[in-house]
Amino acid sequence: MPNSFHIVVCAGIVPDPLQTLEPVSGPNGPAIKNEMLLPAVLDPWAASALYEAAHLAANHPCSKVWLVSLGPKGKLQQLMMSVAQKASFELVPLDGPAGGFVDADATAAALADAIHAIAGLDPSKLLIFGGWESAARGAGVTLQLVGERLGIADQFQGVDRIEVREDGSFEVLERVEGGIHQVSICAGAPAVLGWATGSLPEPRNNPQIGMANMRTIMPALQRAKAAAVASTDVHYISVSLPGQQRTTRVVKGMTPDEIARELVEWIGAR
Amino acid sequence: MDPVLVLAHCDETGATLSKGSLEAVTAGKELAERLDATIIIGVIGGDSWCAAKSVAFTGARILAVSGKAFAQPRFASDAAACEALCRAAQPAIVLAPHSSRFARVMAAVAHRVGGCIDTHIAAIDGTEDVKATRWFYRQRMEAVLTRTSRPWFLLLDPGTHAPYAGKTGDVQAEPVAVELPSIRTTVAGTRSPEQGGAGTIRPEAKLLFVAGAGWTKKQPDGELHTAEAGELILQFLRGSGASLGSSKSLVDQGSEGNGVLPFLSHLNQVGQTGSTPRHPKGLSTCCHGEEPHVVGWRFIGERRAISLDPNCGWTRGKADVVYVADAFQVISRLNALLG
Repeated sequence: MPNSFHIVVCAGIVPDPLQTLEPVSGPNGPAIKNEMLLPAVLDPWAASALYEAAHLAANHPCSKVWLVSLGPKGKLQQLMMSVAQKASFELVPLDGPAGGFVDADATAAALADAIHAIAGLDPSKLLIFGGWESAARGAGVTLQLVGERLGIADQFQGVDRIEVREDGSFEVLERVEGGIHQVSICAGAPAVLGWATGSLPEPRNNPQIGMANMRTIMPALQRAKAAAVASTDVHYISVSLPGQQRTTRVVKGMTPDEIARELVEWIGAR
Repeated sequence: MDPVLVLAHCDETGATLSKGSLEAVTAGKELAERLDATIIIGVIGGDSWCAAKSVAFTGARILAVSGKAFAQPRFASDAAACEALCRAAQPAIVLAPHSSRFARVMAAVAHRVGGCIDTHIAAIDGTEDVKATRWFYRQRMEAVLTRTSRPWFLLLDPGTHAPYAGKTGDVQAEPVAVELPSIRTTVAGTRSPEQGGAGTIRPEAKLLFVAGAGWTKKQPDGELHTAEAGELILQFLRGSGASLGSSKSLVDQGSEGNGVLPFLSHLNQVGQTGSTPRHPKGLSTCCHGEEPHVVGWRFIGERRAISLDPNCGWTRGKADVVYVADAFQVISRLNALLG
């Protein structure tokens, strides 16, 4: 089958960005206060990766998408109620802690093992997708380590677009310094692509896709294996919220002309 | 104490070190002095010999990987080069700039040499133990951490140290041989996004101008004035030289096919799913919402805002000055003054 792909999307779960977060000390190191009670979302950049994967699979017949996610089983189930309506995929869940203070190396090892164990996965068609950084740890290393553990020597980070050519090679646009893209041509799968925002909007909820996905998601969640992601290597000396609070001057009653003059002076243009 | 290795790469000219690399050299010198360790600088690029001249008087041992294969950033060749430099230097600590080039490969390199890695480092402290400071949850939480594993790779965020600026001179750099894997990726160059003259976030600009979704909402006359908003913003950018940022909601409207500001893309986004720029000054217009904007503005020096909502949550305690006014009118007058 020409140009079909087996796309594995690695995506974690993070607290809803609109929630106020407060660090606390837990038995295994730092954690977020009331973490299990906070509403969660699919990691935003990883969600972009999922939408791009679904789009790519839809345009290349016989392609398939898997979503590999490590998180507390209950939270994953809750999240899948909405995520499953966005794109067709098969869920590969791993039951374990998710959060910014969980070790990236151990997480990568668990994800790589889970990917390796996916039945029917063809390494020659394999594309590993994910967010280039998470909204939790934000280190940008997990996906890279997954690729390294799977022996994939072509990796791209900060990806905004992939364009597959007829011969199976593809052009990748990666974000680099200065607000521009680096353009690379890769000979084809296997490859790792850490996505930035991509170029697709968030798909609308589609209940039919959701129903189809849930037929495999619920049994997969029931079978989810526990993943050990503890690390003895790292020691957190302190975790704190930034204390900076500014004294805001609220200016009412100035005319637009007066404001403009003040701003010109502030900008330093005159 | 095993040495401190600073990994550096050339900039787009291929013959001088990038600014981030020179910042890492400064950090490396400071750390090596504190730890009483030797410093080694490993340079990667098309012409590393020439680039290494700028660090000739650091007192460091210089290692170089040079040649056409290393002229352009690419995972396979860069990872192999960094691995070879690490094996040659046998360091305890590896410092490197958090550039797109090194961020793409350094976790893999750490894995290959049995080390560990932390990225986006904002500060390094400690004399006996090395303590690294970094942000979590998209700049909402700051942590100080240390590790026992070595080598420990630390990628330094740009702007956290002054660039090294010593005398230049000829240098006896030691060549390091690299065993390249088969190369399946070719770099075709760079491409600027089509932005209609607006540009994206430019770190060198003194001012960040952030456009919010209010620009595309109905105005007091009950009509949309999107085209006028676009023209006002572009004119302001031309007159002030500001860098353009945007809220997610405004960018998303564009990608969903609505007729909004056509020059905005996801590259302009600041906040949770965008960038966290470090401009000295920031001016936000028509922005609402709290946490995503606070995140996007964490490292902006002086912050001012123009908003019709005097009670907007994100401005209180976050901005220095809030002008309660119509941004259309203010920016129009501002453009007239900027010529």
